Amino acid sequence: MSEPKETSITVEVVYRGIFQKTLAQRICRSIVLAARKRGHTGTAFARYGDSPERNGVPAKQFAVVAVNDLELEASMAKYEPAVVDVSIAVDDTLVKGVESWAWYGRQPIWKPIRKDGFLLVTSEKAPEEVLAQTDKAERPYTMGCVPGAASFAGLWVFKDDHTDYRVLGALAKVVPDWVRLDDVKALIKEQTKDEAAVQSAQYGYDGALLRAVKAGEGTSGHEKLQFAKPGWTTMRPGIVVDARKPGERNPQYKKYTARTLRPVVNFDTCIKCTMCWLDCPDECFEVTPEGHYEVVYEACIGCGICAQVCPVKDCIVMVDELKFEDNKDKWQLWKTDHDAYNKWFEQKSGVPADPKRVAHASTAAENANPAANPTTSTGGDD
Amino acid sequence: MAVQVKEREHSDVETEQLATGCEAIAEAIRLADVDVMAAYPIRPYDGVMQAAAKLIANGKMDVEYIVADGEHSQFEIVKHACAVGSRVFVGSSGVGWFYAFEAIAVTAGLRLPVVAICGNRALDDPGAFGTEHNDSLAVRDLGWLLPWAETAQEAMDLALMAWRVGEDKRVSLPVAIGLDGAFLTHSQQIVKIPTQAAVDKFLPRFDLGDRLLHPDNPITIAPQVDQDWLMEIRMQNDQAMRQAQTVIREAHADFKKLFGRGGASPFIDEYMTEDADIVFFGQGTLALPMKVAIRRLRKEGHKVGLVRLKWFRPFATEEITKCLTRFKAVGVIDRDYSFGSPYYGGVLYNEVRSALYSQEKRPTVVGFIAGLGGREIEQPMAQEIFEKTIAAASDIKSGDICHWIGVRS
Repeated sequence: MSEPKETSITVEVVYRGIFQKTLAQRICRSIVLAARKRGHTGTAFARYGDSPERNGVPAKQFAVVAVNDLELEASMAKYEPAVVDVSIAVDDTLVKGVESWAWYGRQPIWKPIRKDGFLLVTSEKAPEEVLAQTDKAERPYTMGCVPGAASFAGLWVFKDDHTDYRVLGALAKVVPDWVRLDDVKALIKEQTKDEAAVQSAQYGYDGALLRAVKAGEGTSGHEKLQFAKPGWTTMRPGIVVDARKPGERNPQYKKYTARTLRPVVNFDTCIKCTMCWLDCPDECFEVTPEGHYEVVYEACIGCGICAQVCPVKDCIVMVDELKFEDNKDKWQLWKTDHDAYNKWFEQKSGVPADPKRVAHASTAAENANPAANPTTSTGGDD
Repeated sequence: MAVQVKEREHSDVETEQLATGCEAIAEAIRLADVDVMAAYPIRPYDGVMQAAAKLIANGKMDVEYIVADGEHSQFEIVKHACAVGSRVFVGSSGVGWFYAFEAIAVTAGLRLPVVAICGNRALDDPGAFGTEHNDSLAVRDLGWLLPWAETAQEAMDLALMAWRVGEDKRVSLPVAIGLDGAFLTHSQQIVKIPTQAAVDKFLPRFDLGDRLLHPDNPITIAPQVDQDWLMEIRMQNDQAMRQAQTVIREAHADFKKLFGRGGASPFIDEYMTEDADIVFFGQGTLALPMKVAIRRLRKEGHKVGLVRLKWFRPFATEEITKCLTRFKAVGVIDRDYSFGSPYYGGVLYNEVRSALYSQEKRPTVVGFIAGLGGREIEQPMAQEIFEKTIAAASDIKSGDICHWIGVRS
């Protein structure tokens, strides 16, 4: 195996706040410990601005590996590395762009990845399908899909489904000069004494599907969202910021990058009971002229409470976020072209729009990712 | 903002009262037409509580008087009242001041012009009621304006200045007036009480402008900002503190025109310094025994004077260094301590030395820690301070030494 040409490598793990905090931490620690086996040194750290982090809000942790302490020093006092060699997104819906509450705007997932760097995504989908929802590339990189669904747990629990081992195996495939598969396996063997865990690393190495992405590939459908940071002369004094008048929505308060599933509403079966509107923690529902409740997708974090409190079966269905291109509401479509809306609803949700057909619905269900419902996890880190 | 007034137009209708420092402050609360005051008892600040309550009970003052469940709530109450546009007053002493510390810190960060007194008192333990400046000085880096009074008259005058300066939009910072416990808070002196009409001319209505927290003006105050905003916010506070010197000068000039008091400089008070070789430097009531000593020393032929600091924050560096570089030696008297500090000196000593460092011609600076816990500075102690300062004037090496004065071995 050749020696590294560069003197250090930076890896970031982009993850869903709270649900994947432990996962991200385990990956970053293991990168440093595996690299240590061949004599490198390193550091693993979280972006402190993401903690206290919030359920599902995109957050980052980092691992830097260097050939010696002097080379590492340049990376030690960093808050958030601006350039990384590898970005690992441990949930494929993150490719639609990320905005932590401390970032002021949506960032393309590849934003910090250097030219010819790597983006590893844990996904059950093919790279082509994931790329279709990733922002149009400005420079070439290689996308790799690490097989497996997004692994979600809570703050105090960790779901030991070997996601971290598969990711480490895949990492050894793309940056073998820094992280060797044998070192990863040896580390996992030491830590777990479990041959199945070791095999998961091999599975990640073998199963990672790589696809070279050229500049210009990807979608241009995602919203551009950047907010200027004021200077001390332009900032209002007294730590004052504009607030909204009653009934106004804040154009700067968009939380959709926290979403892995989105609610879609069947307006035909809605009984206008107001439960979704009342119980939504983020006040995401608007009343339509007909008295239905439509989701404001820019504000929705996809927590799923509306679907849980809705008393009508399959009236609000939580659907994989990667199935949607934009945040436009669909109520207008329902009003202007009822059949087209119902067709859209069925295609996305896998549930019949006509409740009389519910009995036949089970075979049609393609509602992906049920395990990823964030509401099953608990806990906030204050 | 400058007030248009004729010279001394109200001096003829001033009244006189025999009042303690605390009672003088209560009169200032009445004259400033304070909207909300929050109270919680601790000596020696509580003299203001009682004096204000008496004014209310006697129908002489109308103020929302809230007795809190502790100092932290007390300072939070006025902070919030100020955010909705109320002119406010609050105060505490010693460890009570420290119990409110979180609220005190955020009040400066929020740029809310709360006016407070700190009835200076030794920090427990051991329990002690006497004066020490460490309670006030603990907030010296946070963005509070910190004036110190020498007399009951000055306490009242500084309070009126405090609302005027603190509420000025260029400043918008809280003010904590230091009043030496017992010597000032509880000693009655003749105080000239100005008329309401004169005070109204000096003190405009409090107006927070577009920072007013009100349903018609939807704003969010103090959101989480993190590293992306914080330095700019701190910079704003720094700029406000720089502006404060200008605003204090303006207010001082108007105050002198209206009331005929306040001395030549708003920041320092010079006593017998014209031909002085050495001066003492300090703040608060320790000026009183030092002035007695100076008169005695002058009779013996020594050219000695006093420079009393009136505003510790903002520290008027230019004015203070211009003054002190006129002398051969400066004896800085601290009624505070700063354990482990450079040369083991007091807070004021190190501030003065630091300010003088960049001056071409520097006086020798000697430090004295005296009068802690309210211990009286007696004439033999003043004499010792004088002798050590004059010795340092001829032997610069001894300038870096700090002395504890009047302490038993």
